[in-house]
Amino acid sequence: MTAQSLFEKVWQRHVVVPETADTPAILYIDLHLTHEVTSPQAFDVLRARKLQVRRLDRTLATMDHSTPTDTAQIFGGLPIKLESAARQVRQLEVNCAEFGVDLIGLQDSRRGIVHVIGPEQGATQPGKTIVCGDSHTSTHGAFGALAFGIGTTEVGYVLATQCLLQRRPRTFEIVVNGRLPAGVSAKDVVLAVIGRIGVNGGTGHVIEFRGSAIEAMSMDERMTVCNMSIEAGARAGMVAPDATTYHYLKGRPFAPTGADWDKAVADWNTLRSDAGATFDKSVSLDAGTLEPMITFGTNPGMVTTIGGNVPERPGDAVFAKSLAYMGLTAGERMADKPVQVVFIGSCTNARISDLEAAAAILRGRKVAKGVRALIVPGSQQIKLEAEQRGLAKVFTDAGAEWRESGCSMCLGMNGDLVDSGQYCISTSNRNFEGRQGIGARTLLASPASAAAAAVRGRVTDPREFLG
Amino acid sequence: MDPITVIRSRTVVMPSTNIDTDQIIPARFLTTTVREGLGVSLFADWRYDKNGQPKPDFVLNQPAARGCQVLVAGRNIGCGSSREHAPWALLDFGIRVVISTEIADIFRNNSLKNGLLPVVVDEATHEWLLAHPGAEVEVDLPASVLRLPDGREVTFPIESFSRYCLMNGIDELGYLLSRMDAIERYERAREGA
Ligand code: SF4
Repeated sequence: MTAQSLFEKVWQRHVVVPETADTPAILYIDLHLTHEVTSPQAFDVLRARKLQVRRLDRTLATMDHSTPTDTAQIFGGLPIKLESAARQVRQLEVNCAEFGVDLIGLQDSRRGIVHVIGPEQGATQPGKTIVCGDSHTSTHGAFGALAFGIGTTEVGYVLATQCLLQRRPRTFEIVVNGRLPAGVSAKDVVLAVIGRIGVNGGTGHVIEFRGSAIEAMSMDERMTVCNMSIEAGARAGMVAPDATTYHYLKGRPFAPTGADWDKAVADWNTLRSDAGATFDKSVSLDAGTLEPMITFGTNPGMVTTIGGNVPERPGDAVFAKSLAYMGLTAGERMADKPVQVVFIGSCTNARISDLEAAAAILRGRKVAKGVRALIVPGSQQIKLEAEQRGLAKVFTDAGAEWRESGCSMCLGMNGDLVDSGQYCISTSNRNFEGRQGIGARTLLASPASAAAAAVRGRVTDPREFLG
Repeated sequence: MDPITVIRSRTVVMPSTNIDTDQIIPARFLTTTVREGLGVSLFADWRYDKNGQPKPDFVLNQPAARGCQVLVAGRNIGCGSSREHAPWALLDFGIRVVISTEIADIFRNNSLKNGLLPVVVDEATHEWLLAHPGAEVEVDLPASVLRLPDGREVTFPIESFSRYCLMNGIDELGYLLSRMDAIERYERAREGA
């Protein structure tokens, strides 16, 4: 048999009808996660065509994008302030009740950002195909699942048939070998990757992240890396499952137990790229040379080191327009740039280890005067854990705001906004124009870099706080 | 979904590269629960000023853009969020064809499923289109050919299945439902039921 890559193995297992020159493959979907923003029109299609949700046991819904993070609006009996968001949340409740879909609702202690709670509940498992009407579904690939974002029409297809029509994507290996220097995080790795291959470098491909630096990463870190695969244009990102994966999953609510667990692990152990597997594209990076990274422009590929300068691209009008939006000039240093807002949150960096990294810097220190720091845990479970472990107190003592979980300031649709012209150092994944609010200027960075900036009030290399 | 065969239209040109779906339709408009009515919010942050007034210098606000069905975008359009609201907004505005050198995967998929035709062209053709806003072009889906006013014909790639669906205005759900026997067989084999 020819050597196969991890992607090829997972793909092959899920082909219901193989592709031909004329028709794409029918691909089976093991787990369908859904949320309030990209599902209402899909449920309408089911209604219009008199269809049911085909596999309720493979469908899980939650609300995260438009939900407020203000405690009073979730638990305090206050209505959701944004009327249209309230309507959307209600619509999901109605749709789930009508079709019998399992809903992790507004006040559920398991609620959180869809890509945080899938793994947290153990629903995300190696070898599964996972889709969600959200591009950052790539996050789940950290477990060796084939996970990708779909649009609302496809949400409807999966609800009705549990399948999608797909052409087989190409494969791309990104090898990161070596040891990450202290103070350099998984977020810096993936920002460096996107800087290297560009925001369309992965288009049409599924990336497998491999190499000793990836193997050394925790699940939280692997999720951060896979999460941002889509920012390089990739369909999905994947990491082969290993002992770290199994250790994370064991005992979680949806994880197999007893003899089923052993059987599952034996199977998952086969899910790695064979020696000699070939990839359509390949890039390698040396982890030892990486540094803390920060974006300076309006897409995640416009990135440099925190110690670096905004590059110069004379004659590039698009680049100039992007810098004008950011209020930055070519050649300018990134370090010491004042920031007004710090956002630590999102499906990229709001898991417990991210909060720990931020707390390590904020402990016993204060958020700089004039800076608003918003810290939003990725799930209610993480919130609880952070409170039990004293991290929440570190944040509030420092003068940061500590919120209920949700997408929050990652995207401007739930009331958490950056004002026009303000600089926000953010642990999220997109620095597009207006992403965090009209005119908002986003600087993407790691939780440690965001916390360092919170203390100093300006862009700061987090390694200044080491030791 | 309206079928597409041959579309003749002037082009409207937006030379920005990497136009992401957050620009096409900003997040604050995603709280809708229907597909219709997003056209007025298309490119909202580029199109309107602080007071909600149309910016006269923005290309979609100019009289020449009226009635254009073909949008020529700078390199690589559609990256970012999977929001299908992006093709919905473009279609609601009246755009039926988007042309670029590269089109991001999810946006391309979403477009195909809604009757918005994504057309990827080579660098030289792209440059010509960018340099000639308002050019009268013909997009011939059955032939998979883009015809420029000077008579040049540029073939564009499109998967035959998608072309069939677009030309007939049908979606893939019907096809998937028609293969339910295969889906059930697959489930039985895997789940041992
Ligand atoms: S946190 Fe941001 S990127 Fe993640 S799912 Fe929510 S909106 Fe999308």
